[in-house]
Amino acid sequence: MSTALAHPADTRVTDAMVPAPYRVTSRVQETADTVTFTLVPLAQPIAPPLSGQFNMLCAFGVGEVPISISAIETGDRLRHTVRAVGAISQALCASEIGAVIGVRGPFGTDWGVTSAMGRDVLVVAGGIGLAPLRPVVHELLHNRRQFRRVTLLVGARTPEEIPFRGEVASWEASARITVRTTVDTATPAWKGEVGVVPKLIERVAIDPEFTTVMICGPEIMLRFTAAEVLSRGIAAEQVRVSMERNMQCGIGRCGHCQFGPVLVCTHGPVFPWSRVGPLLTRREL
Amino acid sequence: MKTIADLISEHKFFGELDQESLEFVAGCGSNVHFAPQERILTEGEAANTFYMIRSGSVALSFFVPGRGAVVIDTLGDGDAVGWSWLFPPYRWQFDAEAREDVAAIAFDGACLRTKCDSDARLGYLLTQRFARVILERLQSVRMRMLDVYGAGAPR
Repeated sequence: MSTALAHPADTRVTDAMVPAPYRVTSRVQETADTVTFTLVPLAQPIAPPLSGQFNMLCAFGVGEVPISISAIETGDRLRHTVRAVGAISQALCASEIGAVIGVRGPFGTDWGVTSAMGRDVLVVAGGIGLAPLRPVVHELLHNRRQFRRVTLLVGARTPEEIPFRGEVASWEASARITVRTTVDTATPAWKGEVGVVPKLIERVAIDPEFTTVMICGPEIMLRFTAAEVLSRGIAAEQVRVSMERNMQCGIGRCGHCQFGPVLVCTHGPVFPWSRVGPLLTRREL
Repeated sequence: MKTIADLISEHKFFGELDQESLEFVAGCGSNVHFAPQERILTEGEAANTFYMIRSGSVALSFFVPGRGAVVIDTLGDGDAVGWSWLFPPYRWQFDAEAREDVAAIAFDGACLRTKCDSDARLGYLLTQRFARVILERLQSVRMRMLDVYGAGAPR
C-alpha cells in the first residue's frame, strides 16, 4: 500500500501547506482597524508574488487567513495590509514589530496588468479592496507611458476609512493618473465626492473598445460597478474582479472556496467578469 | 454659439427627446454660472427652478443642528439638481452649493409646469426622466444603507 505522501506531487502539497516564518519589520496603522505590515523571511522565502495574488497568513496558535499582496517589494520582503474583522485577522493586526507570522503562498491568479498595455485602465476600489489593487496602481505608475488613460476610483465609508490616504492623495497630486474618491458619509472637512463608487463611473470618460477595468471591493459593490461599466459598452472579458471566499488550503485541494464550477483559490481570486458575473446572482451559491 | 436647445440636446437628461419637445423645454431655460461655495438651493424656500449641470460639482446637504451642513450627496457633469419644483408643495427639501465653478442650465419650473399641464405628452416625458433620476438616487441610498464597506468586507 502506498502512502499518501509517496508521490512527488503530494510532496509539493505538503510543502505548500507548511508556513514559512516571517518577521514583522514595520507596521503602519492605515485606519482604525487596518494595518500594513512589512515581513522579512527568517528562513527560506516563498516565491515572489504577483499583484492580485494572495498569501495565507498565519497567526500561530490562532489560525490562517488569505490576505492579498498590497505591494510588490524588492528582494524577499512582503507587504500585506490586514483589516481586523475576525479573531485571526485581529490577532494578525495586533502583531508588533519583531513578531513572527507564518506565510504560505503565493496563491492564485494575478491582475495581468501587462496585458492591458496600450489600453485605458480603470481601477475601481471599495474600502479595503484598494489593498489588492495598490500594486496595480504602482505598476501603472511605474510603466505609465505603456498605458493610455489611467483612472482610479476609490470608495469608502468615511474619509477616515480610506486606506492608504496619504498615498492616494499623492497619486492625485501627481496628476499622472486621474483619481476620484467618494465616501458614504462625509465630514465637514471632506472635499471629495459623497455617494457610492459606481456613481463615479458615469462621470469618467470611457472608450469601451480600449478599456480594461479592474475592480475589488465588497461583492455587492462588484456587481453594481460591473453593471455600470458593462452599460458603458466594455466587454465582460475586459472587466476583471478579485473575489473573496473561504480560502483555506490555497491550492485547490480542500474545496472550501468552491464557488459553483470554480475554486477561488486557484482559478481566482482574479477572474474575468464573463466567468464569475453570472454566478454572483445565483442564490444557491 | 450654441443655443439652449443645442445644449440640452447634448445633455443626457434630455437625450432622445424629440426636437419639438426640446424647443419647448429650451424656452424655459437659461445659462447660469455659480462660483465655488455659492448657494444654489436653500431648504424650505420655494422650488421654482431646477438645474442641469454642464460642468462642475454640486454638494447637496441638510443642516443638522449641532453638526452644521452635512453633505449627503455630490452631483457632477450631466446630473440634474432638484425635483421639488415638480411636486407640491414646491419647496426645496435640502440645500445645494457649488463646490467649484459650476456651469448649468437653469429651468423655470413654473413655466415648465404650465407647459406640462397643457401638454400631457411632454409632462409624461419629463416625469419619466425625473423618475429615472429619483430611482438612481434611491438605488444609491439603498447601497449606502447596506454599509458594504463595514465588517465582512474583503481582505
